[in-house]
Amino acid sequence: MTQFFSFIRKEFYHVFRDSKTLLMLFGLPIAQILLFGFALSNEIKDSRIVISDLSRDEGSRKVIEKLSASEHFIVTRSDLSPREIEAAFKKGDIKLAVLFPARFGEDLQHLGSASIQVIGDASDPNTSNTLITYLTGIVQDFQSQNRRSPGSAPLINVETRMLYNPELKGSTNYVPGVLALVLMLVCVLMTSVSIVREKEMGTMEVLLVSPLNPVLLVISKAVPYFALSLVNLAVILILSSTLLDMPLHGSLVLLVALSSLFILTCLAVGLLISNSTGSQQMAMLISLMGMLIPTMLFTGFMFPLENMPWALRAISNIIPSKWYYIIVKSIMIKGLGFSAIWKESLILFIMMLALMAISFKRFKVRLT
Amino acid sequence: MERPAIKTHNLTKRFGDFTAAKDLSFEVAKGEIFGFLGANGAGKTTAMRMLCGLSIPSSGEANVAGFDVYRQTENIKRNIGYMSQKFSLYEDLTITENIEFFGGIYGLSNKEIRDRGSALINELGLEKEKKKLVGSLPLGWKQKIAFSVAVLHDPSIVFLDEPTGGVDPVTRRQFWDLIYDASDRGITVFVTTHYMDEAEYCNRISMMVDGEIKALDSPSELKKKFGVESMDDVFFHLARGAKRSDN
Repeated sequence: MTQFFSFIRKEFYHVFRDSKTLLMLFGLPIAQILLFGFALSNEIKDSRIVISDLSRDEGSRKVIEKLSASEHFIVTRSDLSPREIEAAFKKGDIKLAVLFPARFGEDLQHLGSASIQVIGDASDPNTSNTLITYLTGIVQDFQSQNRRSPGSAPLINVETRMLYNPELKGSTNYVPGVLALVLMLVCVLMTSVSIVREKEMGTMEVLLVSPLNPVLLVISKAVPYFALSLVNLAVILILSSTLLDMPLHGSLVLLVALSSLFILTCLAVGLLISNSTGSQQMAMLISLMGMLIPTMLFTGFMFPLENMPWALRAISNIIPSKWYYIIVKSIMIKGLGFSAIWKESLILFIMMLALMAISFKRFKVRLT
Repeated sequence: MERPAIKTHNLTKRFGDFTAAKDLSFEVAKGEIFGFLGANGAGKTTAMRMLCGLSIPSSGEANVAGFDVYRQTENIKRNIGYMSQKFSLYEDLTITENIEFFGGIYGLSNKEIRDRGSALINELGLEKEKKKLVGSLPLGWKQKIAFSVAVLHDPSIVFLDEPTGGVDPVTRRQFWDLIYDASDRGITVFVTTHYMDEAEYCNRISMMVDGEIKALDSPSELKKKFGVESMDDVFFHLARGAKRSDN
């Protein structure tokens, strides 16, 4: 046991004396959460839109009021001519133009239906699409409030319904992704680099000549990073619930337990990488190219897996973070219990066992 | 007669078609300082690794500290100290922390670590530096500390793989004072080197050329045998036929 504790204490010295390691360990998750939560959010706020109101009646006034109240839009109420609107689009001053035809309110009252023309800037189709979705939502909201009798037909028949994330908040999607990304990065990169560093510095030889059991050596390498990853998990969860209003509908215990499973899987990957390479740069490169990029691409939090060709979808199945991402989303956002995610957990568990077995075996081989 | 500290018979290591060490047979007496000389690539490190249990021999026999290198590597590891060519302390740990760490993995008790650690620090006169990071110390000091740490657990044999690379002859001389101290305490010293001034300090030396031992005797006997003045000349005499070069 003295051996074990001496080793673990030494590992913590390494971590806390290296400012770069520290920055990576604790700066990275905070930066990622803040970046993905705020800066890189796909929510769009304060977009300038212009409104051309030819009817100027009660109906149009009410709709415009609602639009102005939304945090997504800044309404410039100027009755521009079509040509002026086009010029404003070209200059990039506005994102949307909303045109109320003459007799908008009258049509609404007497005919029971009316139309609004919305012009978007399709040079940036994603933004326009999102804005139009917001706008449609607001108009629908207006209709349901102003329906005169419960039985009367809806004025415009558009039905959009967003499950779990009615406000289309970006952070709910990103937090589980960032969690997977950061844990992956910390565990894989840190463990592999820390073992390879011993090889590079020549201290590994000294350790192998010592009576320290190689299995104990590997475990003592993994324990500190496991502990630090749990700290990271806590930091991310606290930040995301305080700053980003991220919900945690499911069980915290279950989340921590399955996160530990994922951390172990990542540690095993890190050990495996460290066994296959002799230089820190190589270990770093393999960790980044081999783990970070697939995690970004195939986890599903940046690019929807459903849209990928079957070959890429197949590849995504061997990426541990994909399963972890599903687990975190299910627990945090949908509030599901273990019975709903046992399959994903089992896959992670099998991956972890296989990776551990391979890396321990390979570590032994290196001694002979 | 006392059992030798190291005894090998036809010890051989092959890597594929390449024979890194061939038919090594020698004995090292307890407390002896045994030098292992040879050019780079002659097979010194390979031989040493087999004796330390880092590498399994392809054939032959070897007994280290009374234990067999094939079956009892764990016992061997408990009874030897090791200092490698590359620097073997942690640069981002202080002297004291290094002592605590290596004492810990060799299973010393906290009291033993404290007592021997402070003795070591006194002996080297490092009282003021003990809280400094090892990385900030001069190379000669680091090597002396590394040696002292390698014998901290009182091994019966200490293996030194080119321990004094890169330092001047004066510092090397000081380093050898430590080796003599250890030898006086009954620790057998097995040292590889390619510095010929160091060879003179050994009780006996073996000269390796192309993976084979070409000569084995005390420095003075070797000089007499080859009729030359210095170990340099002995080495030159033996090594000029070498096929493996330093590449």
